[in-house]
Amino acid sequence: MKIVVAMRQIADLVEELEIDSDGVDIDREFVKFVSNEWDEAALEEALCLKEAHGGEVTVVGLDEVDFDQSLYGALAKGADRAVKLTGDFDGWTSTASRAAILASWLGENQFDLVLTGVQAADDLDGQLAGILGARLGVAHAAVVVGVEPEGDKVKITQEIGGGTTITSLAAMPLVLGIQAARQAPRYVPISRIRASMAAGGIEEVAASGGDNIAQPKVRRLYAPESKGGATMITGKPGDVAAKIVELIRSKGLINS
Amino acid sequence: MPNNTSNDVVVISEKIGGAIPDATFELLGKGKEIAASLGGELHCVVVGTADGSDALGACDHLHIVEGSLLFPYNPQGWEDALRGVLAEINPRLVLTSTGTVGLDLAGSLASYLGGVAASYVVDLAVEGSSVICTSQLYGGKLMAEADLGDTVACLSVIPGSFPVEAGRGSGSAAVAKHDHDSSNVSMAHVSLNEPERSGIDITAAELLVSVGRGIGGQSNIEMVQELADALGVPLSASRPIIDQGWLPKYHQVGKSGKKVKPKVYLALGISGAPEHLEGMRSAELIIACNTDAGAPIFEVAHYGTTVDLFDLVPEMIDLVGS
Ligand SMILES: Cc1cc2nc3c(=O)[nH]c(=O)nc-3n(C[C@H](O)[C@H](O)[C@H](O)COP(=O)(O)OP(=O)(O)OC[C@H]3O[C@@H](n4cnc5c(N)ncnc54)[C@H](O)[C@@H]3O)c2cc1C
Repeated sequence: MKIVVAMRQIADLVEELEIDSDGVDIDREFVKFVSNEWDEAALEEALCLKEAHGGEVTVVGLDEVDFDQSLYGALAKGADRAVKLTGDFDGWTSTASRAAILASWLGENQFDLVLTGVQAADDLDGQLAGILGARLGVAHAAVVVGVEPEGDKVKITQEIGGGTTITSLAAMPLVLGIQAARQAPRYVPISRIRASMAAGGIEEVAASGGDNIAQPKVRRLYAPESKGGATMITGKPGDVAAKIVELIRSKGLINS
Repeated sequence: MPNNTSNDVVVISEKIGGAIPDATFELLGKGKEIAASLGGELHCVVVGTADGSDALGACDHLHIVEGSLLFPYNPQGWEDALRGVLAEINPRLVLTSTGTVGLDLAGSLASYLGGVAASYVVDLAVEGSSVICTSQLYGGKLMAEADLGDTVACLSVIPGSFPVEAGRGSGSAAVAKHDHDSSNVSMAHVSLNEPERSGIDITAAELLVSVGRGIGGQSNIEMVQELADALGVPLSASRPIIDQGWLPKYHQVGKSGKKVKPKVYLALGISGAPEHLEGMRSAELIIACNTDAGAPIFEVAHYGTTVDLFDLVPEMIDLVGS
């Protein structure tokens, strides 16, 4: 089975996000970019599928800030190929353009399954799996928490809310937006990542197909105005703890 | 961009098994307002089964597509059926909510219709000939206001963004039944799987101690469990705690977990992503502990502290245990 994992970088949400001077994007200069957490789940599911059923795992994505690190991480974890689609990707790339570029690369490469993260935190114009599926003209499903090959088909399980899931049987090729892998993404020691960096092995292909793709036009990006929000409790941890315990007690929820 | 569409708005009903969700009524209410501003009509499309569709009378046109392959849900079948109906309506705006249906189909339908998609939408307005949407990005840390132009746009709207009541109504929608030719659909339904039951019911608790990724590692769960035990209440958690395998699924609060409404919800190391808020924002009193003063959880919390949870929790255990 040929599995392609489409991965991407995203601003680390732990960081403070500043708006750039045009007011329509984050200031990308000082932000740390990390691998999208749901794409890491997609990679984990791909590696588990390969371990259980054989096959080849190829990781592909646009040449965004520090994407090499994610690719080397994927190779160190057991991916067979890492492909970087080169071009100018220092800014905000819409999902529609990303899908068009990936579809153009996938058009030249064989695949049975494309796995990608269910979402990314800056997906203003839709999630990748669906748009990529439509671009390729193949079936797709998102919010996937189970992928199990069955003969030449795949049993997929999607969450539909409140803990209920739905299982379908689908023919390949198929594009899946992964919500969670069967296990938490594996840890790979830094020494293995260094070894994969030393070995090289990232293939570079010029990106194509991403121009003139319709997308919403962002006219303002801003931090939400605070609607009052929380009353902040400050002081030493002991004082804060006492205040919180008092609040809980005031609701009659502590019997002492 | 040429505008070849009608000015009609379409709401996709998202009933998968169960009842029609509130999110669909929210979309009908807002859709009616937007359709009026655009000078168009409001349609609602029901896929799979007509059961319960009497409640969808707030629209002008109700479209029903039934078919054995479409029930209860089949992403490929629904996409195929919706493409057919949407081609007939030629809408300006298609509304879904940010659940499985929206995440599956808003982007692909936009792509097939040659329009644009927009996600995480929390507000919508018409300005001149443009539809303007406001989306909540970066886990709720930033908002983006975007012009959708005058092409067809397929949106997924975060549940809770619009009032439900405005979309309830048993009007006199014109009902159209559509046939679905399933020859393009290869995906087949296997099973609908109910969540595992357990002795712990976080929805019944009046006080919840809830833990998020700020806890850092599995071994630290013990500390918050100790606090929950001292208070005599269950521990609940955000999704990453469950995905990491640190707590079983029935502890999860949020969109894909349980909706809870305790008297007090104590959130420890939880950022407040929209999918988490969906499950707990109606708690009576929300107290949040998060070292990031800009964390979105502080927008819904009544009380907050930026004290490190590893300093706070032992102090609380001391106080409650004594
Ligand atoms: C379809 C779908 C459904 C989903 N359903 C759910 C759902 O049901 N429930 C859910 O929770 N999520 C759900 N999610 C995931 C959601 O998008 C977020 O990823 C998730 O809620 C984040 O969890 P978190 O707040 O624990 O982690 P993070 O966002 O990583 O936040 C951790 C927080 O801890 C703080 N922190 C770190 N260290 C400390 C410390 N020492 N002391 C205090 N604070 C600290 C950080 O500042 C940060 O704000 C869903 C996503 C999708 C796509």
